[in-house]
This record gives sequence, C-alpha cells and structure tokens, in this order.
Amino acid sequence: MRRVAIVGVGQTRFGELWDTSFRQMIIEAGTRALEDAGISGEEIDAIYVGNMSAGQFIQQEHIASLIADYSGLAPVPCTRVEAACASGGLALREAMIAVASGIHDVVVAAGIEKMTDVITEAGQEALATVSDQEWEAFMGATFPSLFALMARRHMYEFGTTEEQMALVAVKNHHNACLNAYAQHHVELTVERVLQSPVVSSPLKMLECASITDGAACLVLVPLEEARKYTDTPVEIAGSGQASDTIALADRESLVSLKATREAAKRAYRMARIEPKQVDLAEVHDSTTISEIIAVEDLGFCEKGEGGKITEEGITAIDGSLPINPGGGLEGRGHPIGATGIAQAVEIVLQLRGEAGKRQVKKAEVGLTHNVGGSGGTAVVHIFRRR
Amino acid sequence: MHVPRFWREIPNRYTLIGTKCGHCEKIFFPPRAICPNCRRVGHLEPFKLSGRGRVYSFTTVYAGPRDFKDQIPYVLAIIELEEGPRVMAQITDCNGEEVKIGDEVEMVFRKIKEEGEEGIIYYGFKARLVRKKEASDPSGKG
Ligand SMILES: [Zn+2]
Repeated sequence: MRRVAIVGVGQTRFGELWDTSFRQMIIEAGTRALEDAGISGEEIDAIYVGNMSAGQFIQQEHIASLIADYSGLAPVPCTRVEAACASGGLALREAMIAVASGIHDVVVAAGIEKMTDVITEAGQEALATVSDQEWEAFMGATFPSLFALMARRHMYEFGTTEEQMALVAVKNHHNACLNAYAQHHVELTVERVLQSPVVSSPLKMLECASITDGAACLVLVPLEEARKYTDTPVEIAGSGQASDTIALADRESLVSLKATREAAKRAYRMARIEPKQVDLAEVHDSTTISEIIAVEDLGFCEKGEGGKITEEGITAIDGSLPINPGGGLEGRGHPIGATGIAQAVEIVLQLRGEAGKRQVKKAEVGLTHNVGGSGGTAVVHIFRRR
Repeated sequence: MHVPRFWREIPNRYTLIGTKCGHCEKIFFPPRAICPNCRRVGHLEPFKLSGRGRVYSFTTVYAGPRDFKDQIPYVLAIIELEEGPRVMAQITDCNGEEVKIGDEVEMVFRKIKEEGEEGIIYYGFKARLVRKKEASDPSGKG
C-alpha cells in the first residue's frame, strides 16, 4: 500500500449562496484546489465526490457524471459517495484508498451540498431522511431531536449543563469569525445561545448547525511524489471508518457513538499514534452536544468530561487541544456532503501554517471526525505535516 | 406515500411484535431477520412485547416536519421496554415538563399523523405515562 498526501485544497465560501448554482460551486472549489496543487485537469485520474442528497435538494441525481462533464474532465471516472453527513469524509477515504492501492495517482476528493434551493421545511425533512424512516422519522423525529435525546441523557448521566453546551457554540462561532469562508461571522454569548428559540429541548437554535450551501475539494497524490507539487505536503497518516445501528434507540448507549470509537481506533492504529499526540481536531459538531460526545469518544478526555474541558478553555484555539479552529459545522456552516472535505481543508491549512488569525501554535498532527446521521457512520482521518 | 409501505408494518406498529433469538435469547424490536450477536447461528422467532417500560431519554420538539405541524410541541422519547429493547415513540397526553428519565410508561395505540385532508391516516404506538392514582386523583374516585 502506498502512502498518500494532500497537495491541494480549495473551497467555496459557505453560506446561503442564492446566486450560485450546484455546478458553479463545484467548479469554483475544484479550480481552487487544482491551482493550489499547481496541476491541470489532464493530470487528474479520478474524482470521488461526497454528496448526501442532490436528489432531494436540487432534484438531480447522477451528479458524478454532471461534475466530470461540467468540469470539462470527462472521461475521467467520477464516483459519488453517500453516507448522510459523513459523505465527504467517506469520499476522502475512497480517494485515499484509490491512490494507496496504486490504481490511480492523482485523485480529487470533493464534497458538495446545495441546500437552499428548497424551502426550509423541505430541507429539514430531507435531513430527517438520514434517520430511520420507519421507526424514527415516522414517529416525528427530526434531525436535532435525535441529538436532543443524547443531550438529555448526557446531562442525566454526567451532569453536563446547558451552559457547557452553549459554550461550544460560543467557541465555534468565535473561530468562524476568523475564517473568511465561514457562513456565520457573529460573536455569541452563553446568554444569547440560551435565549435562542428551543428547537428540541434542551437544544436551542444557536446550538444546531444551519442549512448551508458549499463545496470543497482536495487533491491527493502518492506521498513519494508529493514534493513535485508542493513544499508543504500533508500526509493522510490514518483513516478509519465504522458503522452502527441507523436508529438511535437500538444503540448500546446514547452518550457515546460506537462508530466514532471504532473509526478512531482504526485511524489511530494506522497512524501509530495515541489520542494525546493529536495537536488539533475538526470534529462533527452538528449540535453542541455532538462536539462534547466526540471529544470524549476520540479519547481526548474521560467519558463525561467533554463539557468540563470546554468550560476550562482546553478546546479553544489557544487551549492545549484546539477543537474546530475553522468554526466547526456550527460556525463554518454544514453543507452536508461538503463538511467532511472542508474539515480536511482546515486541517491542511493549519498544518501548513496558513490559517492566518486562527492559526494553532503547535500544529503537526491533526484529526478530522465526520459523522453520518445520528451515528450510523463515522469516519476519522489523521493528518501529519511532512 | 404508498399504502403497502405502511400496511406491511401493521403487525409491528399495531401489536408490538418483535423477534427473539433462540440462541442468545435477546429480544429485538423492531423485528430483525438476523441476530447481530449470533448471525447465522441465531434463530429469530416472533415475540410479543408487553408494552410496559420506562423513559430512557426525552425531548420536546418545537420545530417539526409539516406532517406533525398540528401536534407541535410534542414529546418524543426513547422508551426502554421491560423485555430489553428500546424504541422511539412520542409520549402522549402530557407536556414535556412533567416527564422525567425513569418514569414508568405503557404503550398505547394512537393516530401518529395524517397526510393532508384526504390522505392516509397513519396509526401506531405512543407511550403514556403511568400515573399513580393518588397523584392524579386525590379523591380516589378516578
Ligand atoms: Zn442471538
């Protein structure tokens, strides 16, 4: 198996991009990634694109062909990958496997979602289809309600407070203010988060990632070739993926995602590192409780201490383990299929030392954590500066 | 939505019939064809659940899908049934403030939602809090 590196990154601004189409978004992100890698389209051997539901959001399936076509890259093989909100992370993993295997040399991992072409209710209903249609959505479950059920149980078992959860939103929105590509450029306070409308108790509106348009792309090559393209290659040192029950009720626990723990175990093993060697991470904060559960499951603290380490400032940009320096899903925005790729874009920029005002001081080993649905899929990647 | 999709779930949604693995004895609801513990060694047989259980977690939903608009706010919960499986269900006839984790519930047959004015009406189970008689009716006549 060959080792794999990222030599180019690019993304669109994340937000409500009324004036930009699906086709324009993917071309914009792709062109930036290619320019960053210093390569031309002819050099690309394959594309993997993470996308949750172009069918529901823009009534267009078969987007792999559309993307190859409109990028002017046909007949290059293009494959769409879907695992709900983990579609992007999974596309990155498939792209990595393709390069590692020796089948392809230069591969683009892309992610995209155009969510604002439908009315808000339709968007939320599309999101609810990542849950179990027969036994969750049928009963009235919404996407935030699944995380609300986890939050309530976490509060019950560990004494996690609504203030601690609100602090996650405050931190991630602060980080997003330092990221020009982020959707939300507004500083929050704990009071403001707690006073925002309750979506599904105990979660409030400002604790849930919003509806967002966006695309992001990465260029992957074999590590041994990487210096031909850039002086600052970032190796994908570890990759892990795991599944769990699609329905929340069927899980062993509501306060831990087994898929995250399993995916992390595999990624750490492949990278031959321990959680304490990670310098910074982009984790899947689809809601505030999601980040608290993630930092526990990834081994950054004991189970039940996620709220506490947030309160202590450990996860802030200037803390000892910065979490979501790019703003996370809450601050950067969460265009479903693009999120897993955008997380990797942020880690690459950080490891290169190109993250500007939000640059983390010691950034040599970074981690991304991407979750599908309420935890039916998890993908973890570990990156190292080379 | 097409009728068969809901019609074929009727035995489970109306009567709480799950499955039990003859090998490891674990009970599943909704029913499964393969036991995740035993896989091909397991033998799954239909198993009727009592419908008694406790609240494992709950939330009050204030922003819901269009089919549920007229029910907002509604209480959604994960119920741990006494035989072991957990299920997602609404808690009916209550407001969110009176629910606590650990509260006793019984599953009851209810309308879940309807599709517009002329669409299908969907039925299924909801959970109802088992109220202590003296608490809800001090006169004792209830
Ligand atoms: Zn079994």
